[in-house]
Amino acid sequence: MTVATDIPATIRPSSETLLTAGQGKPRNMGQLVRWLLLFIGGIIMIMPIAYMISTSLKWPHEVYNVNLIPEEPTIENYTYVLEDGRFYWWFVNSIIIATITTICNLFFDSLVGYTLCKFRFPGRQIVFIAILSTLMIPTEMLVIPWYLMSQSFGWLDSYWGIMFPGLMTAFGTFLMKQFFESVPDEFIEAARIDGLNELQIWWTVAMPLVKPALAALAIFVFLGNWTAFLWPLIVTNSTEMYTIPVGLSGFGDEADVAWELIMTGAAISTIPTLVVFLIFQRFIIRGVVMAGLKG
Amino acid sequence: MRAYQNLTIKHKQIVWAWAFLAIPVLFYGVIRFYPTGTAFVISFQEWNLLGTRTWAGLENYVRLWNDPVFWKVFQNTFVYLLIGTPVSLVLSFIIAYHLDKLRFMHGFLRMLYFLPFMTSAVAMAWVWRWFYQGVPIGLFNNVLAKFGIAQIEFLNSTTNALPAVLAPAVWAGLGFQIIIFMAGIRAIPTSYYEAAKIDGVGWWTVLTQITLPLLKPTMVFIVVFSSIGFLRIFDHVFNMTTNNPGGPLNSTKPLVLMIYDTAFNGFNMGYAAAQTVVLFTILLVVSLIQLRLLRSE
Repeated sequence: MTVATDIPATIRPSSETLLTAGQGKPRNMGQLVRWLLLFIGGIIMIMPIAYMISTSLKWPHEVYNVNLIPEEPTIENYTYVLEDGRFYWWFVNSIIIATITTICNLFFDSLVGYTLCKFRFPGRQIVFIAILSTLMIPTEMLVIPWYLMSQSFGWLDSYWGIMFPGLMTAFGTFLMKQFFESVPDEFIEAARIDGLNELQIWWTVAMPLVKPALAALAIFVFLGNWTAFLWPLIVTNSTEMYTIPVGLSGFGDEADVAWELIMTGAAISTIPTLVVFLIFQRFIIRGVVMAGLKG
Repeated sequence: MRAYQNLTIKHKQIVWAWAFLAIPVLFYGVIRFYPTGTAFVISFQEWNLLGTRTWAGLENYVRLWNDPVFWKVFQNTFVYLLIGTPVSLVLSFIIAYHLDKLRFMHGFLRMLYFLPFMTSAVAMAWVWRWFYQGVPIGLFNNVLAKFGIAQIEFLNSTTNALPAVLAPAVWAGLGFQIIIFMAGIRAIPTSYYEAAKIDGVGWWTVLTQITLPLLKPTMVFIVVFSSIGFLRIFDHVFNMTTNNPGGPLNSTKPLVLMIYDTAFNGFNMGYAAAQTVVLFTILLVVSLIQLRLLRSE
C-alpha cells in the first residue's frame, strides 16, 4: 500500500502528492450541490455492476423486477454455475495465464528497460527504437500470423498458445526504462566496486528501487490478460482451454441460458478484479497515473 | 572465462548487455516483427488456409475498395471514434474538474467513477445487453414501461444499435480518463490560480485562460489513447451482437470484427490481412497526427 520509504525522494512517484486531496469542504450551497450531483453520477456509474451482482443473487422469477435489492437473496445461481464445472476451469485457466504472463513481463520488461537505461553498448539505440516501434503495431494485425505460427508449431488450444504473444510488452519495457532513469548511477557503481556482477546489481540493487513501478506494471498486465478476449477467442477451441471472457461469451450465447446465470458468470469474472481494486485502491490509482503520465 | 576476465570494464558491459537482451531481441523479432512482415505478405496473397497460397497482387485491396460492406464498416469505425472520443473527453473533464474541487468523501466518489475501469469488457457487454432487451426482460425498457413511456428498440434497431454498443465502451473508459485529468489539473502550479485570485478574475476566465490551455498535453494524451481504443473496438460489439455479429445489417460492425469474421469464419486469410493493413494505416495516421499536435507545443 505505501511506497517504500527507504527509496530516495527523487524517485518516489510525484503522483502521490498530486492525488492526495482537493481543496475545500462542502461548506456552502454551491459545494453541496456539486457534491450531490457528483454523488448521483457516481451511483449511476456503478449501477451496471450493482445490477449484475444483484441479479446474480435473485431467483429466476424475480429477475425481471427492477428492484435492486433481491427479495429473497440466494446463492443458488453460483452453486449451479460452479457445479456445471466449466466456469471453474475457465477461472483456473485465467488465473494461471494471467499470473505467468505477469511474472514474465515483470522479469523481462524490467531487464530490458534496465539494460537500455543503464548500459552503453553498440546497438542500444537501434534496439530501443525497434522495441518502441512495436507499440505502433496493433494486435489485430498480428493475430493472423500468430494463428498460422501456432498452427504450424502445434500451439493452438494450449496455455502456451494463449500466452506467448504477451510475454513481453513494449509498453512495460518503456515504463520500466523511465523509472530506472531515476536510479542513481552511483548506486550501481558502488555495487560494481563491491564485486557484484551485473545480474546481481540489477536484481538486488536496482529492482528494489523501482518496486512501485513494478507493482503498477503487474496490475496492468494482470488486468489486461484477465480481460483479454480477441486472441484467446481465436487460439482456443476446446471448452477446457477457454479463459473466463471466452467462456462467458460462449456461455451467454447458449440458447437455453437464463439471464440470472449469465449475470452470475459475469460477476464471477468481475468480482476478483473489483476486490483487488478495493483493497489496493490508492495504490492502483497511483499506478494508473504513473503509467499514464510516464508511459 | 579467461577471455572474459581479460576484457575491459567497457567490453564486459557490452557482453552483459547483449546477454540480457538476447532472449528479448529474439522474442521481438519472432513474435512482433516477423508476423508484421507476414501480415503484409499475406495481404498480397489468395489463401483459404487449406489450399495453396497464390500471389494475388493488389487483388485483395481492389476487392476491399469495391466491397460495400467494407465502406459501411469503415464508416462505423469512424462513427465509434467521432462520437466516443469527444463524449468521453467532455464527460471525464467535467467530472474531474468538479471532483477536484471537493474534499468531502473525495476518495469514495473517485472510487465510484473508477470501478467500471476494473471490469472486463465481455462481462459488462453482457450486462448492458441484458439492460437493452425489450419488456419484460430488459432493465431500461422495464423502467420506461413503469413510467408509461414508449419502448425503445436498442440492439434491434439499425440506428440505435451503434450508440447502444458504444455506451458501455465509453462508460468503462471514463474512470481512467478522469484520473488522468485530475492528475493533470493537480499538476498546474497554484501560483497561476493565486495570481488570478489577486486580479479578481472570474471562474470562467480561470477555466478557459488557465486550466484548459495548461491541460493541453493531458488532453492530447487522452484523445489519442481513447481514439485508438475506439478504432479497435471489438469485445463490446462481438458480445452484444453474438446472434448476428456486427448486426443488425452490419450497422454496428467495426473493422476488427470484419477482420475476425473474414479470417476465422470465412478463412479468407489474404483478404483479412489486407483489412489489417488498412487498420494499421489508420492507427498510424491517427498517431502521427497526435505527434504533430504534441510537437506544436
